Amino acid sequence: MKKTTNVMIVGVGGQGTLLASKTLGKLLVSEGYDVKVSEVHGMSQRGGSVVTYVRFGEKVYSPIIDKGEADYIVSFEKLEAARWLEYLKPGGQMITNLHETDPMPVITGAMKYPENLIEKMEALGAKVDAIDALKLAEEAGSSKAVNLVLMGRLSRALEGLGITEEAWLKAIEACVPPKFLELNKKAFALGRQ
Amino acid sequence: MKELMLGNAAVARGLYEAGCQVVSSYPGTPSTEITEECAKYDEIYCEWAPNEKVAVEVAFGASLAGKRSLAAMKHVGLNVAADPVFTMSYTGVKGGFVIGVADDPAMHSSQNEQDSRHYAKAAKLPMLEPSDSAESLKFAKLAMELSEKYDTPVLLKMCTRVSHSQSVVETGERVVPEVAPYEKNAQKNVMLPANARKRHPLVEQRMAHLVDFAEKTEINRIEMGSTKLGIITDSTSYQYAKEVMGDDASILKLGMIWPLPEQKIRDFAAKVERLIVIEELDPFIEEHCKMLGLKVEGKSIFPVLGEFSQNLVAEKLGRPVDSGKKLDEPIPERPPVMCPGCPHRGLFHTLAKNKCTVMGDIGCYTLGAAPPLSSIDCCTCMGGSVSSIHGFNKAMGPEGEKKTVAVIGDSTFMHSGMTGLANIAYNQSNSTVIILDNSITGMTGHQQNPTTGYNIKGEPAGKVDLEALCHAMGIRRVVVVDPYDLAACNQAVKEELAAEEPSVIISRRPCILLKSVKPQPALRVSADKCIGCKSCMKIGCPAISFRDGKAVIDHTTCVGCGVCQQLCPVSAIEKPESK
Repeated sequence: MKKTTNVMIVGVGGQGTLLASKTLGKLLVSEGYDVKVSEVHGMSQRGGSVVTYVRFGEKVYSPIIDKGEADYIVSFEKLEAARWLEYLKPGGQMITNLHETDPMPVITGAMKYPENLIEKMEALGAKVDAIDALKLAEEAGSSKAVNLVLMGRLSRALEGLGITEEAWLKAIEACVPPKFLELNKKAFALGRQ
Repeated sequence: MKELMLGNAAVARGLYEAGCQVVSSYPGTPSTEITEECAKYDEIYCEWAPNEKVAVEVAFGASLAGKRSLAAMKHVGLNVAADPVFTMSYTGVKGGFVIGVADDPAMHSSQNEQDSRHYAKAAKLPMLEPSDSAESLKFAKLAMELSEKYDTPVLLKMCTRVSHSQSVVETGERVVPEVAPYEKNAQKNVMLPANARKRHPLVEQRMAHLVDFAEKTEINRIEMGSTKLGIITDSTSYQYAKEVMGDDASILKLGMIWPLPEQKIRDFAAKVERLIVIEELDPFIEEHCKMLGLKVEGKSIFPVLGEFSQNLVAEKLGRPVDSGKKLDEPIPERPPVMCPGCPHRGLFHTLAKNKCTVMGDIGCYTLGAAPPLSSIDCCTCMGGSVSSIHGFNKAMGPEGEKKTVAVIGDSTFMHSGMTGLANIAYNQSNSTVIILDNSITGMTGHQQNPTTGYNIKGEPAGKVDLEALCHAMGIRRVVVVDPYDLAACNQAVKEELAAEEPSVIISRRPCILLKSVKPQPALRVSADKCIGCKSCMKIGCPAISFRDGKAVIDHTTCVGCGVCQQLCPVSAIEKPESK
């Protein structure tokens, strides 16, 4: 575990990215890694573009991830995946929800929501795993469970590091209120499938 | 026990372990969670004060009574609290007294990016500056000890990346120091000129003793590596420097940023071939090094603007820099917006429709400045709207008075809008002030305030009656409107602008994100009826988009507030049951 692994979680403020990073952080500490998680609270949470950096390894210094450094980017929204693509390292993996949320310049008509983003990202050499996380979350019982669907997807990608499903479920239990536990576990399982 | 902890939570943990007993703060990103986390410890009395000046004075009072105390704030909050802080430097403390201040380089959530380190120098106070959560915990404890040992308030300086990053900490037990009984000591605590003149030399002496401490303390740490390059650094810049250079440079890492250890800096400089200071914002350490006559580089290489990162540090030091690939087309920006169902939206639509000049203030409602509402003309600081409209109207006369309003939130009004309103009532400008009362401090993430009727723990508390307060100040015209009711908003704004005396409109509806507010079922657009006129899109609701020539409402985010319904000329926006 010499090398630092970098995971970015990006999305639209209010989508629940903070729960995702909380769960991931908890998991990685229990796996014995040095971990840093950096997030921005406050203004950008009001529907703005948000990013959380999760870094783990033997010894982590910087709390943030810079351009070209991310091993994995988990995006809660398709346009956000495209926005942060520059942060993916060559050979890195992009996991993105297919859902589209129009940003204000699109709502006001000043700009258009770009088309064929998945294809364009792939054309640049990015490995893209695109899923309809909203559909799976609703299948699990709530549109709010998109975060756990995506964590389920990430859990597959991180299997190579020896992080088991059992460890994930433990971390989820520690971070999710008991009332929503079953729903979130189901969402995680659907994402992981 | 080892756990992952937010920097701000680690400060709270450190305070807890240090036996801190009183915390009073005003919320402000990125400092807010220091106080919220303190409130989770039953052993600490914790409160939200109406503003930072009050908070610092409360914490000072607790210190005077012999207990360890803290006031936390964001960088601009320290400006508000600066008046008492400069004099508390003279009185010193009884119980440990720490002032937590969090800077926001890059202005993630702030109106300026001032560098709070200057306050330490100006107010002659020691300042500690952690670079991760483990240090945040440790330095909070150390700050309490230093405060009592050197009889001084201590500044604990955070920044966004330390406050809002989680890293691993080791927690310990709480130890409450013995409290000496209160004793009157007028010479020390009554800062009349005669007493203050005697205190000032003691302040200078204290700072000299603190320089000795700074020379010896292990929080000002030298990590020797290659001597070709020496780096003096603080806060998160240390983390970036370490990540990029590893052992390819020697580092003097300053955990105490004021006073600075002159001999230690000189000794370090003598050991390395090239000396560079890496620090965010102003050349604070660099200027000190230059004053010592050292040959040093800093802001000739590194920017004074914004945050640093590992790539920035690598690039400036001539190291290889990672890069990724980006799409060859413009990606639409996604700025923060008012939430679907935000009560501010209806009111701002009214102001835009009436082409008002709007003096803005600090809060979620500052987002009313963004397109498509674009209805704020000015925004500087907490409470500024209420004072500035008075000056604007005095200068403009009726031409200004008939179309200008000030908008200010309930919490911001309590913070420092009240005094501006007293000025309007006293010096009689024909000004219209709109209090956007959403029953919470919104932007910082839902903190209670004196108008909500609840304290920091959510327990029932005193409640300021805004209408009675405005009346008591001498404002006779006080009207309350529901911002979801566009006709009522329009009427109130028109009438109060026309009135020949000062007036207050209270636009009252709780924040839609409050747990106590139940969202209504999502509305839907009848595609048959929609004529694609985009009237509903003028309010900038993120739940409404336009597809194939028709408006579409996102059922996952719409909360059924009904404001868009009132704008549709063909009644195409319907409640779900009416389909």
